[in-house]
Formats: sequence, C-alpha cells, structure tokens
Amino acid sequence: METIFCLLHTDTDGSLPKAALETLGAAKSLNAALAGSTLVVGLVGVDVQSAANRVASCGAKKFVGAAGADFAQARYATDAAAAEALCRSVLATVVIAPATSRWSRVLPGVAQRFNGRADTHVTGLAVSGSAVAINRWYYRQRMEAQMSRTQRPWFLLVDPGSQPAWQGEAGVAAVEAVAVNLPEACQRTTVTGLREPAADAQTIRPDANLLFVTGAGWTKKQADGQTHVPEAEKLIRDFLNLTRASLGSSKSLVDLGGEGQAVLAFLTHLNQIGQTGSTPRHPKGLSTCCHGEEPHTVGWRFISERRAISLDPNCGWARGKADVLYVADAFAVMKRVNELLAQKAG
Amino acid sequence: MSSAFQIVVCGSLVPDPLQTLEPVTGPTGPALKNEMMLPAVLDPWASHALYEAANLAKKAPGSKVWLVSLGPKAKLQQVMMTVAQKAPFELVALDGPASGFTDAFETAAALADAISAIPGLDKSKLLVFGGWESASRGAGVTMQVIGERLGIVDQFQGVDELTPNPDGSFQVLERIEGGRHQISRCAGAPAVLGWATGNLPEPKNNPQVGMVNMRTVMPALQKAKPVKVGAEGVTYASVTLPKQQRETRLVKDASPDDIAREIVEWIRQ
Repeated sequence: METIFCLLHTDTDGSLPKAALETLGAAKSLNAALAGSTLVVGLVGVDVQSAANRVASCGAKKFVGAAGADFAQARYATDAAAAEALCRSVLATVVIAPATSRWSRVLPGVAQRFNGRADTHVTGLAVSGSAVAINRWYYRQRMEAQMSRTQRPWFLLVDPGSQPAWQGEAGVAAVEAVAVNLPEACQRTTVTGLREPAADAQTIRPDANLLFVTGAGWTKKQADGQTHVPEAEKLIRDFLNLTRASLGSSKSLVDLGGEGQAVLAFLTHLNQIGQTGSTPRHPKGLSTCCHGEEPHTVGWRFISERRAISLDPNCGWARGKADVLYVADAFAVMKRVNELLAQKAG
Repeated sequence: MSSAFQIVVCGSLVPDPLQTLEPVTGPTGPALKNEMMLPAVLDPWASHALYEAANLAKKAPGSKVWLVSLGPKAKLQQVMMTVAQKAPFELVALDGPASGFTDAFETAAALADAISAIPGLDKSKLLVFGGWESASRGAGVTMQVIGERLGIVDQFQGVDELTPNPDGSFQVLERIEGGRHQISRCAGAPAVLGWATGNLPEPKNNPQVGMVNMRTVMPALQKAKPVKVGAEGVTYASVTLPKQQRETRLVKDASPDDIAREIVEWIRQ
C-alpha cells in the first residue's frame, strides 16, 4: 500500500507556485487510481500555513510542514534536510514533487539518503496493473518511455506544464509541524540574491502563448552582401513588444558571440532552445532564420503548433518538423508582421 | 584556506546529436539501434563543465583537473582523441555502458567510488563538476547522488558561473525559473556543481595539450576498471519514438505581405 507524499515548497511570498498545484493534481489522480493508497501533503517554506489552507480541500489524509527562516532560501543543505525529515515523518513510499529548480536541485540527493530512487522530467503518471508507472523522455526528448520501479521511496519530479492544475476550495488545514535538524554545516552556503534582466528587457516568458525563435541567419550577410544586425534587433524587439512572445534562439546564434562574430545583444544561453538548451512549453512556436536541425528541434517537443520562416525549402522544418514553412526572407516578412500588429494594436 | 582546487569533472559519452536514434530491445532492456556504431561525443553539458574546470584551474594556481568518465573503453578512446586537445586533465576511465537507460544511481555509485579512489585527493579542496543533465538519460540526478555518497551538502545545479574569492570561498550563479539566476556564496570546497552552458566558448584544439594529456589518457584507458551498471528494479513497459510527424505545408512564392497577414491571423487565433 503506497503512501503518496505530495511534497511542495512555497514561493518567497508564501504562495504555492503553479507547478505545485499541477503536481497536486497528478498526485490526487494517482491516489484515486491506486487502490489502498494514502495521500499526504508536505510543505516547506518560511510559513506554510497559508499554502496549506490554499489546498486544504484536496483530500489529503494529513498535512505536514517544515517551516522557518532557514527555509526562506533555496539552498541544498537546508532543503534536503527538510525534505528528508518530512519524508521520514510520513514513511513516504512515492514522493511526488514539482520539477522546480528548487526541488530538482535537492530531491535526487534526498532519495539517496533513503537508498531510494528518483526519476525526473515526469510527464505522465498512471497505474499499470497494480503498480505506479510513469512516462518520461530520453535522449533529449527523442524517445519516450513508460517505466515502473520496485525501489521505495520513489521520488518523482513532475515537469511543470505537463499536468492540469488542481482546482479546489481553500479552507483551514491542520498542519503537523516537523522538526528539522540543521547542523552548522548546513549554513556554509548563503543565497545572496537574484540576477534578472530589467522587467522590460526580460525576453524569457514561460507563460507566453508564443515562442519566437531566432536563428543564426539574422546575423548573416543578406542579399546586398551586408549584415543588418541593428535592423534585426529592432525587428525582433518590436515583435516581442507587440506580441509578448517568449524569445528563444538556436545554439549557433548564441555561440557566435564566443567566436567574436556579431550577435543580437539581448540573447544569452538562457534563450537557447534544444540539445543544450531548454525544452519550453508553449501552444505556438514561430521559427525564423533557423535551419531546424535535430539538435535544435528536440527543444520544440512540447510546442503544439509550429511555423517557420526560412529561405531554404529543404531545411529541417520542411521534413515534418513544422506545420507550415514559409520560404521567404524573414526581414521582409517580420517587418510587415510588425506593421500589421501595430495597426491592430493601434 | 588555500585557493587551489582539486576539480573532478564527471562526464560520459553520448551519441553525436546529429545522429538519428532509434530504440530497440536488447538483452538487458532498452538500447539504441547500432549503439556501438554510432559516433559519440563527450556529453555537451559535461564538456562545458570541463572547460570551466580548466579555466578555474588556470586562475587558481596549484589546482588540478581530473576527468572521470564511464563508457565502453573503445568508445572512450575514440572520444578522448578529440577531448584531450581541449583542456588539460588527467583521465580516470571506467569501462561500462554509457546508455541512457542505465540507472542514474548505479552510475553515480560507480563514479563516486572512482572519485574516492583517486590517489592524494584532498576533500577540503574538492570541487565535483559535471553537466546538470546528460544528453542521454537527461535526468539531472547523478551529480546530487555523487555528492551525497561523498558527503557533500553544498550543491548547485544549472550553474552558469563560478567566481572564486582569494579566501577560498566562491560565488555561484544557478539557473532558476523565468530566465533568472540565483546568486549564492559558498564558504569553499568541497562542493558539487552541475553545469549548464557556462560562459566559455568551446576551446580550439590544442595539439600540445593533447600530447601532454595522451601520456596519461592511454594508460588510464588500459587500466580502466570494468564496472557493472544497469537498471536494477526498473521495468520498461515501452520505449517509443514520438508518433507525430507533421504534414508540412510549404508556402513558396507568396509575397511577404501575404505571409505576414497569415502569420498575424494565426498568432491572434
């Protein structure tokens, strides 16, 4: 009989991130499908009561929490200690947590403390026979496996955006406080702050409806034999401002900077999509000046509708990777797109 | 506290990203079709970790870099011919499978044992580097488990920058949600750092570095310890390629104006 332990952390303001509610939804569905299982919710944060109240009606048998100033920071040593204490307190056998950066950093190590196992990037949970089974991708989203394990506890980190969020009424939850032993060695690391672009310069927007990807073609010589990098920057910035799309790039474009070639000033490795970049989830994606080769397009696995603009009719996008390929000059098309968007906005 | 580090980089082999991969069922579970024939490269994020390690070692005199790599010996030899020209390191080779379908915990146990067995390793100077995920299993699990097995509780994942201070402490930038970085200050080694792309370009091949490295690479490969790494307790019900092959509509000879109108309409739907 499995004890399904939904392990969540609060945001800095005490609320639960969206990924937490998605994970709770998955844990609750698994609990309903797995006969004899028990659902318990665990929370970590400075103050966990309001977060527990938010999910009070989820049907958990019990709520446990590790709270205090030590858990304000997303720090391995203290987070691991808290997660370990909570899992021990409820004798968890299946731990389901959102794959936030905070839990992804910590929970595989916590699994090791129990001689358990951890699987990450989980995109599906089900009951197969009488056992828990998960779906996850291998080789950078090139193939998908369904698998199960005998080892317990089994830590499962659920990919944000892959599950519907739990919806339910808030209430008042009774949270059982769990003491966490924090030796001095846990304080060797201090989180000193965040580095982020100014609000108007932030081009990575995980909740955007559209992913707009720029490839290396934007900085190459154009038909007149010249590069037009300032013009490319303006077209891309204008488009992002008009659509609030999230900006991605191919690796080749990001790497040009390291090779001393002209680059788009606002691009960093954080914008990179693909083999050594991210695999974001957006309903739509528009690629420009990118060849659509496999190392890049593996990052498009979770983009539902895909369109591309490329001068090459035989590029990777034409080989079943895009719904529509426009064989055209992206400079000319995007200039007109921006004009039309501006007219409609005006 | 000395500012010299002993940096152990964990990095395995993955198929060249340009290769087409197809899953097959092998005698021990899922595998890749013609796996041993596929050209391999050092795992991309682990490569970044290696370049960052070499750069840090250069900045902190007295530092040393090891590369601990688990893979089939013949393939390791092939890949090291290129990797050895990129940065100075001493190889610790483990002869075993590099498949993405092996278990991260078994891999981590083999790597942690190999690190512990490095002669003269001083844990007070130890930084364990690696990629934050592999391009094969893509789990982001191995580094944390290695850290736990070595008793290291200062761990960082998705690292893009490490700045050492004269007192042995260092600042770390880790990727977090929304295109942001979390900044942390760690009192010093030992620590585990799973690297993202970092900030360094891929170094050009340097034959002189290659020649120096090969003096230790070949003996390390010859005495590579065989390790048994599998996926005990795991049952794979299926491993499949995505079914979705799109019927691409090719739009040629349309004016920028027509294309723009269609795109705007699509965006606004």
